[in-house]
Amino acid sequence: MRIRRWLLKVLSHIDAPLLLLLLTLMLMSLFVQYSAASQSDARLLSHGLNMLVALGVMVLVANIPPQYLLSLALPLYVVGVLLLLGVATAGEVVNGSRRWLDLGVTRIQPSEIMKIAMPLMLAWYFHHHEATLRLKDYGIAALLLAIPVALVAKQPDLGTALLISASGFYVLFFAGLPWRIMLGMLAALAASLPVAWHFLHDYQQKRVLTLIDPTQDPLGAGYHIIQSTIAMGSGGSFGKGWLQGTQTHLDFLPERTTDFVFAVFSEEFGLLGNVLLLTLFLAIIVRGLMIAASAPTLFARLMAGSLTLAFFTYAFVNMGMVSGILPVVGVPLPLVSYGGTAMVTVMLGFGILMSVKTHRKLLKS
Amino acid sequence: MSRPAQLRNYQLELAGFRQRVVIAAGFVVVLFLLLLARFFYVQVLEYQRYHTLAENNRITVVPTPPNRGLILDRHGVVMAHNYSAYTLEITPSKTGDLDATINGLAQLVEITPAQRKRFAKLMAESRNFEALPLRTRLTDEEVAKLAANRYRFPGVEVKARLFRQYPLGASASHLLGYIGRINDADLKRLDEEGVMANYRGSDHIGKVGIEQSYETELHGITGAEQVETDAGGHAVRTLSRINPVSGNSLVLYLDSKLQAVAEKAFGSYRGALVAIDPKTGGVLAFVSTPGFDPNLFVDGIDTASWNALNDSPDKPLLNRALRSAYPEGSTIKPFMALAGLSYGVRKPSDTIFDPGYFSLPNSSHRYRDWKAGGHGMVDMHKSIVQSCDTYYYRLANDLGIDRMHAFLSQFGFGRKTGIDMEGEVAGVLPSREWKAKRSRQPWYPGETVIAGIGQGYNLVTPLQLAVATAALANGGIAFRPQLVQAIIDSRTGQRRAVLPQVLNRIKLNPADLQVVVAAMEDVTRPGGTAAAANAGAPYLIAAKTGTAQVVGIKQGEKYDARRVLARHRDHAVYIAFAPADAPRIALAVLVENGMHGGTTAAPIARAVMDYYLLGKLPKSEVLKAPAGATGEVHAD
Repeated sequence: MRIRRWLLKVLSHIDAPLLLLLLTLMLMSLFVQYSAASQSDARLLSHGLNMLVALGVMVLVANIPPQYLLSLALPLYVVGVLLLLGVATAGEVVNGSRRWLDLGVTRIQPSEIMKIAMPLMLAWYFHHHEATLRLKDYGIAALLLAIPVALVAKQPDLGTALLISASGFYVLFFAGLPWRIMLGMLAALAASLPVAWHFLHDYQQKRVLTLIDPTQDPLGAGYHIIQSTIAMGSGGSFGKGWLQGTQTHLDFLPERTTDFVFAVFSEEFGLLGNVLLLTLFLAIIVRGLMIAASAPTLFARLMAGSLTLAFFTYAFVNMGMVSGILPVVGVPLPLVSYGGTAMVTVMLGFGILMSVKTHRKLLKS
Repeated sequence: MSRPAQLRNYQLELAGFRQRVVIAAGFVVVLFLLLLARFFYVQVLEYQRYHTLAENNRITVVPTPPNRGLILDRHGVVMAHNYSAYTLEITPSKTGDLDATINGLAQLVEITPAQRKRFAKLMAESRNFEALPLRTRLTDEEVAKLAANRYRFPGVEVKARLFRQYPLGASASHLLGYIGRINDADLKRLDEEGVMANYRGSDHIGKVGIEQSYETELHGITGAEQVETDAGGHAVRTLSRINPVSGNSLVLYLDSKLQAVAEKAFGSYRGALVAIDPKTGGVLAFVSTPGFDPNLFVDGIDTASWNALNDSPDKPLLNRALRSAYPEGSTIKPFMALAGLSYGVRKPSDTIFDPGYFSLPNSSHRYRDWKAGGHGMVDMHKSIVQSCDTYYYRLANDLGIDRMHAFLSQFGFGRKTGIDMEGEVAGVLPSREWKAKRSRQPWYPGETVIAGIGQGYNLVTPLQLAVATAALANGGIAFRPQLVQAIIDSRTGQRRAVLPQVLNRIKLNPADLQVVVAAMEDVTRPGGTAAAANAGAPYLIAAKTGTAQVVGIKQGEKYDARRVLARHRDHAVYIAFAPADAPRIALAVLVENGMHGGTTAAPIARAVMDYYLLGKLPKSEVLKAPAGATGEVHAD
């Protein structure tokens, strides 16, 4: 009896429409993974387990009231920045990049923490200066954003740095960053692009150039793009059918369970499948924005809005990369790509959204 | 903390926030529409293009090499065939650290230093991206070990392949030749001949001998398999296939046992023997000894074996029957006698006195006879039976070089015989034109004199000599020497005969011929130069002995001190045909440093004729058929 009541209380913090949409996406993901991993039951099981863990994290976080999250913001940010500094001085070099920190027990990638810690920190900052918000606060916020972004960019992990700055920027945007400043930033960004180009590493330059003409390097950097575009294009309107993708099953597609899983989906389910998937992503994003719009506090609004747009960004960047309109950056398709860490991070975000949605009455009282 | 004063502010803020949410939603929709437009472009507008690309990606045409045709002797004994075995192959371009890979493999299966060296040599000669054999003939156990460890070695494969094998080993090696891996020169030639496509998937090609000259028949037609492959090029399944057509098999005129008898008869002598069926030109035996084991060459010979063969003073790689030209010596005499009769310069009964030398008019230079003191009164018959030099010095002088050249060239001297094997040399049948071209000097009468006994400029290959002898045996009808008598079509199993080809019909007066043949018969009888070797033969033998002077040591040859003298000795030359009244075999034998034709070359010829005509093996030892030389034969 008590357990049942406890269970009901726990489940009361779950947003049913959002959960339903997420479960639909996950179910689809299981089908795609089964195909992408050459019908490996072990891989399917492992993917499913990741999902269960991530769902558990989501339920847990959903039950944490936003106030607690608020108090977590500053410490999490400070720890995150310290870990990034640790990486910069003592990190492990993998594939020419210093991204990992060996804590003895486990290796962690502190930039992953920053994906949540960053919007949390900025939301916390704006929440605290809600009453006295001035232009300089945007400046301070921008500085708070710049520190970890610079550290991650230095690793070098430009993709993650851009994603972190995007999630931070979304907080500024929802906090009311004046349009003129945004336009000014945009202009400054455009103006600095030629300069920034020279600061890019060779391989990063190559990725951008490869995007413009992948055939320049068909067996090197362009291979991923060429093969994924062939997979997508040959899928046509209705796809080749589940488990029928030749690009996938004949081993032409690289990274087909992780970053390029969308190419598998596209090949087997075609344009129709893509439209459905986009619709599903859009529905999740709309639901997230609805939660943000009706959130009771500024902190909750900023968190909900920023996390939702971050989710959108991952999805857009991944699909844009696979379909050949964005450079190849290591961004998985949220909830569809194989990989436990990314899945937990994303579901943790949705846990926060659900917490925001279901703790409003408590807050008001 | 309640702040009622800011309530309005809060409402305003919320309105502002909601406005931004709507803008964000618009932003999301716009970018999603951008993605959608991209999907539409790629999946609908450009569908056909990517569909084609995907098909090309997954379908590869893999050539399937045909089985090489067999080579059989006249009785169906297999002389070259294929067997299936497992090989360990490495594609160097797909292997990271080659040395580490080979070392790793060496821990699983035995890899000898010689095999490593051979592999290194193959690598230096190979085409790019080619899989090269490291070990051949793996046992089942080795295959299992390698299969279990394959994942450790990228670029390493165990393949089932057909191998060429020559079951008779070194026997008839110069005739069969061998196949070897296709090299750049072969590729260039295939390209020029426009048959490159048929060699996709083939690793081997005939390099010398019949394997080379009948390459087109033996190779067959390459098939093709359309296979679905993955990006690594591994076949996943076959979509369609065109079966390869096996190469056609060859049936030789050669009798492999006769060949073995002949080779054995040479003992430790170097030399050559060509035996021909005078009625067809079919080559019954083709010896160049020492030979080599052609099996060594099939998958690339290792350096040590190659050096041993290549540096040997015995020159085992030299096809003496085809490529070595020697002075024919006295074996020219029957032909000279015929020339004298044909031009009416001599009658059989014309007699000369031989004082032991011949001198040109107005010259004191003496051309010596081999017999000091001379043969006394000599007619044509005696000149052949005793091989009188003086008779032929004079005859040559009376004929003149022009008539000699005109007559002798009818027998094929100085010209390639056109045998169905590549690499033949033409030898030399001297003439005024030939000498003018060679040295811009006039022809001297003295040169005619020595040409009359087959010395001087005269050079002839054992093959040419055999062809000329066969023509003599066949009443003047010269056939092109032919190794292959029939080709068995691999598809129909039908036997297609290779028709004998007449080279030349020499106009000879049968009575003249009878004089010469009768004299040649007496060569093998008591009093003749080849009497001892032919004693007791139950069939008639016509023959002529000869001796070819060894002028000197050729440049670059290193002789063992003990052998220097031996290598200076004259070569023994010998021609014969039998039965003389109805010839079935004609042959020419050359024994290097064998001194006199009658003592070293004639016994070899006798052994060959005895076996061919009587089925009799030499008394001293019963020849055993080499292992694998018997058994049923199939055309495929």
